[in-house]
Amino acid sequence: MHPVRKQRLYLVLFITLFSTAAIGLVVYALRGNINLFYPPAEVVAGSAPVGQPIRVGGMVMEDSVQRSPDSLAIRFKLTDYEQAVEVVYVGILPDLFAEGQGAVASGVLNEDGVLEATEILAKHDENYMPPEVTEALENSGYDQDGNAK
Amino acid sequence: MYFDSLQAALEMQGHGMFVWPAYSVTIAVIALLVITPLLRRRKVLRQLEAQARRAQGAPAGRAGGER
Amino acid sequence: MWPIFHKLGSPPWLYAIAGSILRWLLPITLLALVTGAVWGLLFTQPERIQGNSYRIIYIHVPAAVVALAGYYVMALAGAVSLIWRMKMADVAMKAAAPVGAAFTFIALFTGAIWGKPTWGTWWVWDARITSMLILFFLYLGVVALYEAFDNKEAASKACAVLSLVGMVNIPIIYKSVDWWYALHQGATIKFTGESSIDSSMMYPLLLMIGAFYALFTCCLLLNMRVEILQRESRTQWVKKLATKAGRP
Repeated sequence: MHPVRKQRLYLVLFITLFSTAAIGLVVYALRGNINLFYPPAEVVAGSAPVGQPIRVGGMVMEDSVQRSPDSLAIRFKLTDYEQAVEVVYVGILPDLFAEGQGAVASGVLNEDGVLEATEILAKHDENYMPPEVTEALENSGYDQDGNAK
Repeated sequence: MYFDSLQAALEMQGHGMFVWPAYSVTIAVIALLVITPLLRRRKVLRQLEAQARRAQGAPAGRAGGER
Repeated sequence: MWPIFHKLGSPPWLYAIAGSILRWLLPITLLALVTGAVWGLLFTQPERIQGNSYRIIYIHVPAAVVALAGYYVMALAGAVSLIWRMKMADVAMKAAAPVGAAFTFIALFTGAIWGKPTWGTWWVWDARITSMLILFFLYLGVVALYEAFDNKEAASKACAVLSLVGMVNIPIIYKSVDWWYALHQGATIKFTGESSIDSSMMYPLLLMIGAFYALFTCCLLLNMRVEILQRESRTQWVKKLATKAGRP
């Protein structure tokens, strides 16, 4: 390769490597802020600030949803299968909100460790299945990974 | 086809109001992406052709009435 | 390897070969897009949890995948133009930027629409969506930077450097949902391991991804042809082409 071009090639590699390193360091330094939510385990461990707006994300625990009979109030638990955080909320829930599904609640943690949520978002996983396949799997007694139930 | 009728396909059990606009905007953007360079290319060629004609001193009969 | 490299550097050759590729690739692409869209919209089952709203996947995922890949095309062309001062690589870089911006816009826009019925919000500042927005601005930045310079050689250098610097964003977008807690779900189609989508839904999705790759190629070539004509407008071959095209 021509020496001038070789020099320019090194320049290109230099630009790419150093910008990657610089941005990589910035992203590493900000890693906590880039997380959209806290998992319940971190909330229970006390890493999440009390009295400040935060988000908590996890699975809506099975059999934990209690709806008020005469209002839109709801109380449920979010879990990451290690710990669980209790959430109270009054308002409209997204259609996909259900027990055993993911959800992200934003609100303020009170003194008792209960999240008083002002917004609930549903989080869904990366699995896409038609309904009949799911039914067929349920009838066959195996889950979708092929393990016997 | 999954849907029983055109009406059902448009409504998609309430999700039609999300799905169809998403597809419409995508189609519009794609159409713009494809048609813009085609039109621009034609325009550039026309301009160059007009330029070449002017440079040749506009042979009689073709540029009729110009200038 | 080198003869093709030299040929690629020749404007008339590139203009002609792009034209003959487009003549068959463009119709096939449009046909594949229509087929994939109709298949995904009308002939697949709804998703068990998301219902029919999931049908947006057939444009959202392909647009996002190709927007990421297109950035590598742009940055690579920028690097070649920096190192070898190859004018046609510069043409490719300039042509790729608006196409990439449009694809990123489609991904962001359809993602926002999809977010409303599934997540319950149009927009959330999670790592995936924010880094995708940065990609949109990077593409627009290259487009704008090119126009900002009067000296086209300086413009070409500045844009090449900007696209190289922005390249770090691509792996960040790709890994964002694994590295951080985000609302956006993980990758459905994986290079390694089994994809977590039913095959009846995966085939139209793969068709659409292929079609979007082809569409990117078509738009790139279309833009390159215009750019070549403009840059070479003083040469004999373009003048000949223009008089031929102008004749009725």
